[in-house]
Amino acid sequence: MSSLLNTGRPPVFCPGCSHERITHGLDKAFQNMSLSGEQIAIVTDIGCSGLFDTFFHTHAFHGLHGRALTYAAGLKMARPELTVIVTMGDGGLGIGGAHILSACRRNLDITLLILNNFNFGMTGGQFSATTPSEVQVGSGFLNRLERPMDVCRIMSSAGVAYAVRCSSYAKDLAQEIENAIRFQGFSIIDIWGICPGRYTQRNKMTPQIIEDSLAKLPSRTNPIPENIRKEYGRHYRELAAEQKPVPSPAKIETKFHAPDFGRKEVVILGSAGQRIITAGEILCLAGLTAGLNVTQKNEYDITVLRGACISDVILSPEEIGYTGITSPDIVLALSQEGVDRRKHLFDHLDKNALIIRAEKIHLPPCNAKVQQPDFKAQKIKSSDRALAALSVLSKLETVIYPDMLESALAHRFKDNILASALDLVRRVEGLGA
Amino acid sequence: MAFCLMEGNEAIAWGAVASECRFFSGYPITPATTIFNTLLKLLPPLGGMCIQGEDEIASIGYCLGASMAGLKVMTATSGPGISLCSEHISFAIGSEIPIVIVDVQRLGPSTGSATRGADGDIQFLRWGNSGGLPVIVLAPVNVKDCYFLTMQAFNLAEKFRCPVFIASNKEIAMTRENIDIHAIAKPEIIERSAPPPGKPFVPFETSSGQLTPYFLPIGGNMPVRQTSSTHGPDGYITTDSDKIAEIQERLKTKLVSAVNGFSFHESYPEERADTLLLTYGVTARAAQDAYKAQKKYGKPVSLLILKTLWPVPQDLIREKAGNARRVIVMEMNLGQYVREIERILPDKKIDFLGQMDGRLITPHRIQEVIAHV
Ligand code: SF4
Repeated sequence: MSSLLNTGRPPVFCPGCSHERITHGLDKAFQNMSLSGEQIAIVTDIGCSGLFDTFFHTHAFHGLHGRALTYAAGLKMARPELTVIVTMGDGGLGIGGAHILSACRRNLDITLLILNNFNFGMTGGQFSATTPSEVQVGSGFLNRLERPMDVCRIMSSAGVAYAVRCSSYAKDLAQEIENAIRFQGFSIIDIWGICPGRYTQRNKMTPQIIEDSLAKLPSRTNPIPENIRKEYGRHYRELAAEQKPVPSPAKIETKFHAPDFGRKEVVILGSAGQRIITAGEILCLAGLTAGLNVTQKNEYDITVLRGACISDVILSPEEIGYTGITSPDIVLALSQEGVDRRKHLFDHLDKNALIIRAEKIHLPPCNAKVQQPDFKAQKIKSSDRALAALSVLSKLETVIYPDMLESALAHRFKDNILASALDLVRRVEGLGA
Repeated sequence: MAFCLMEGNEAIAWGAVASECRFFSGYPITPATTIFNTLLKLLPPLGGMCIQGEDEIASIGYCLGASMAGLKVMTATSGPGISLCSEHISFAIGSEIPIVIVDVQRLGPSTGSATRGADGDIQFLRWGNSGGLPVIVLAPVNVKDCYFLTMQAFNLAEKFRCPVFIASNKEIAMTRENIDIHAIAKPEIIERSAPPPGKPFVPFETSSGQLTPYFLPIGGNMPVRQTSSTHGPDGYITTDSDKIAEIQERLKTKLVSAVNGFSFHESYPEERADTLLLTYGVTARAAQDAYKAQKKYGKPVSLLILKTLWPVPQDLIREKAGNARRVIVMEMNLGQYVREIERILPDKKIDFLGQMDGRLITPHRIQEVIAHV
């Protein structure tokens, strides 16, 4: 295969910049793999390493600092057959830290070339995530305060299955790059290099120093045995293929007439664990069986297993505009926490409003009628009281009818759960019974 | 008649699927999370993808990659997340990457209140990008709009190659409502247009009169360039001021000149009214109640509900304001879109009703303002 270098746009790095060697190493790897331009996407971010995409005749995606791996992941998920190469400097390594760690955990078949020259070249040689503490860079004394990170060590802890480091001057650089590209999963090459434009203005760095430093580091096996696993994209597609298609949203045919009392506002005041939101939903579904318009809003604490839980439901033959409830027609008071959370609501209740109250609930003074079914005597446990209260409500025949409620249950539940729900609503006594 | 019971977020997810969106990426955040939850069920069985990003920056980044690979993409978040998306919103604008971005607004500033509604991001959506070029923002009023406008949003994103926002609100997103989803007419689905064959592909080139460049995907048969840098038609960085000016102007004009073609709204004019209620989003529901009540009591007002907020549908607003002497602008913030109305209608008396406490503006409050001359 011929070179994929863009002859119209030759590299423009400072003389002696090791990025130039990596450009050629990458081109050589492409050639050795017989890849053509449209089979490759080079994804880059900001800095001198971010110029890479312009030097090649391939697909190119140049974006924001540190974010290249995110675009690469989107491309690779959408086009699994594409060879996706990301170049990033040691700057991108820092600002894109979260993305690199995620890429390691995810193991999507992308190759990341970290062009590691120990400082920010383009912006003036400031310290990066890999700058040694003892060197002189463009950030004054600040790099003396921080420790450089060991890329391969961190990435292998994060789960990458292939992470090598090598020198830009290595004779087998093209081979190293090819090996990384051929690896089926996320692969990283931490390529150490020299930035004459900035770094070596004040610090000594030579190919020999790089080689000696690399030689001092412990050697690693690649792929990293404990991190070898399925490639993310293939695994994703495997699991996705097992997912059952979701039928289009269930329609509820109108088959009943609702009680003819106009718009009704119902507030269900309870606690976590009392299935308040499900009760609100069932009430809405019951409304739908009679062609009513409905809205349901819920309020619960962020710690979902504790605290008040409230559902506000409106049922109306007219279209519902404003969805707030100011003066409800019906209040189902099922827990003290729920009542306390909305204590001001009771100030606004008029004398036609009805409160269905469970035992031992203290209500603020109000004008509404209060009814108290004997749930305890009927052996209805706390988690069933919301549904039981709906049954009581249906038997009053002012908001919904019992057949609407039963039909709603049939839409919401199946099998045993449906049977026990129907049993419950049928055995609950109406008020005044 | 046959209704489904659905919350706004679910309707957005279904609207996305109906628009052939096949890639979603998002980060969990109340009150937007149920869009992610729903699409995680819907997309994989369709051969689509739903990804949980490590943060919102990544989530939208994945979308930009997948979009450039040719998929229809969407992300969804709320105030704190949309703030993080900012750099990628700018990218999508400047580099013409189609994407639908749902902002389910919650009460700010900052982390604010996760479960309280607001329309506090309306100017942020317009201006929260570097460079300040225009974007499209659509604002649903109810669950039906969530479905319908999502389909429109995808069409606009594809047609104009730009980010399109859906400015939802916790009060719509997490409110369940009846919706006759099967009765909502689906718009014809618009795709990005491929270049005519036979010529070399120049990614950002437009012929005279053409405002949106042709699209070829990254990963297709022809190498394609994409870049966040200031570029010429060839997709390479440029310092040529003329080329730069031309592209910036085109990015602006392609949306601003076309807004009359997508000025979604509802209008309820009353002949005898000297007051126009002007609003958007969930507040429109209270405004409709107030409008009906005023009419019933023989003191009618007109009502205009905007569903396209950006680019500002100026012609529509001027036309609907007509002879009204007074315009009352209502929104769930302390004064954002009202600035646009003051700018467009300098001859009218503009009154403002804003509220930013997590509660809905009530019909009663609107009627008080109407009465308070
Ligand atoms: S500044 Fe450094 S990294 Fe950038 S081109 Fe010059 S030598 Fe290379």
